[in-house]
Amino acid sequence: MIGRFFARYTIWIYSTLAFVFLLIPIVYTIVFSFNDSRRTNISWRGFTLDNWIYLCEEQGVCQAFVNSILVGVIATVLATTLGTMIAIALVRYRFKFRAATTLLLFLPMATPEVVLGTGLAAEFLTAGIPKGMVTVILAHTMFCISFVVVTVRARVASLDPAMEEAGRDLYASPGQVFARVTFPLLLPGIIAAALLSFALSFDDFIITNFNSGPFVTFPKYLYTAAAKGMPAEANVVASAVFFIAIIAVIVSQLSAAAKRKRLAKE
Amino acid sequence: MAFGAFATSAPVVDSAPRRRSKVALLLLLPGIAYLALFFLVPLVSLILTSFQEKTPGTDIGVYNYAFNVENYAFIFRTYGEHMLRSVFYAVVATVLALLFSYPLAYFIGVTLRRFPLIQALALTLVIAPFFISFLLRTLAWKQILSDEGPVISTLKGLSLLGSDAHFTGTAGAVIFGLAYNFIPFMTLPIYTSLEKLDLRYVEAGSDLYASPARTFFSVTLPLSAPGVISGTLLTFIPISGDYVNASNAFLGSSETAMVGNVIESQFFTSQNYPIAAALSIVLMAAILLLVSIYVRRSGTEDLV
Repeated sequence: MIGRFFARYTIWIYSTLAFVFLLIPIVYTIVFSFNDSRRTNISWRGFTLDNWIYLCEEQGVCQAFVNSILVGVIATVLATTLGTMIAIALVRYRFKFRAATTLLLFLPMATPEVVLGTGLAAEFLTAGIPKGMVTVILAHTMFCISFVVVTVRARVASLDPAMEEAGRDLYASPGQVFARVTFPLLLPGIIAAALLSFALSFDDFIITNFNSGPFVTFPKYLYTAAAKGMPAEANVVASAVFFIAIIAVIVSQLSAAAKRKRLAKE
Repeated sequence: MAFGAFATSAPVVDSAPRRRSKVALLLLLPGIAYLALFFLVPLVSLILTSFQEKTPGTDIGVYNYAFNVENYAFIFRTYGEHMLRSVFYAVVATVLALLFSYPLAYFIGVTLRRFPLIQALALTLVIAPFFISFLLRTLAWKQILSDEGPVISTLKGLSLLGSDAHFTGTAGAVIFGLAYNFIPFMTLPIYTSLEKLDLRYVEAGSDLYASPARTFFSVTLPLSAPGVISGTLLTFIPISGDYVNASNAFLGSSETAMVGNVIESQFFTSQNYPIAAALSIVLMAAILLLVSIYVRRSGTEDLV
């Protein structure tokens, strides 16, 4: 009887344990953001809200965080624009060198970050471009483009060309068709691509490390801090980002579920 | 998400009339030019740098263009061990991530089909680690698994481990960290494959008196192969170039240094750009070779 229960529910038990395992470091990081840590945030010394309240008093944490947001936003806008254009061209038009284009888009995703990082660093060194915020943005935009193309392409492929034809039949100019028909229909894919780009940029360390010079992003701050003792304020920033992201995901999933339900009813 | 698209490789329907290739050119040109400038040129630059040599009497970090093959001979002589170690760690960590992820992906994609809300929640839990910095996650494991941490001290208290045993800094810890950090990259593509799995095929297997194991290996696994292939690539490639897990400040020690660690120290500490570049080129060549063999043997070349 007990044996059969286990046989039937093994996968439930396994998966529950697997989720617990996946969440352990997250819970740890969040809990230690409330640690009254003083110098090193390794052992538990009691609960405090000070780390959250006096966050920016820790040298550099807030600046690094702001830098990461800035880089993330600019790189996302650039990569999403360039990537969406490529995605539309790939699905809608026939052109020469199509296979070469696809390969060029695939390769950055298949190249390890150290190679991308050292390659860009070698280029900037040869060209005499000083490393800083600009080089970080250039690098992030590069590795985000392919992911944008992959994400938006699926959306373009599922778009019914009859919609655009209807627009043209009603004497809309090509610009109007794009602004009123194509773009709104592609928007969910574009938003997903932009969120993915931002997440990739925000958490990137390896490529950033090779191309940032004195410019400090949040992951770079963490890497330097890891060697000499991580301040609890770093956990605060990471925990706050985590809560915002998880709430955004849950809200979007709930609204998608509600939409499905509404469509099913009609 | 992108991983889904990466896994499905849905054929693009050629429905629209192919017209106005000038527009196509205008749409493509900026992005392609960008990738040429910041992906292809850097690769060329990397190759050129890898053959550079030092001119006697110049400052540290200054090199001249040359055709100095000695750089490559040097890295194979000196860092052969690091290269083998990288491949070994990457293979073991990828296999571990696969073994961990497959049942989980099956659970989310097949078992939870009847419960869409729980399924959405489960997917959120799988991607949750993405939302907390990669470096902090790894550091958290370092502290949890440290000699004074809860896991090791409990095991020592139960005499399951000797009092001088330690885990962080060992190959096991680095492989553990690598596998943990890339689990979502493995689980998501497998999930996308299994989510579309038509269960009638599985039923057909058992109707034909195949054992559950036989059904799994002859029906379920082959049908989810595209997900397994993109999952292993999405884990193997970043793992083989990673240097965070294996570094001293995280889960590794000097005995666990991978190629990425050598590249980092050559680049920043020694400022020996030619050696760092040569190592990057060898790493990329090795990965392209391994990946192309793997992709060819598994029979799917259409990955994008």
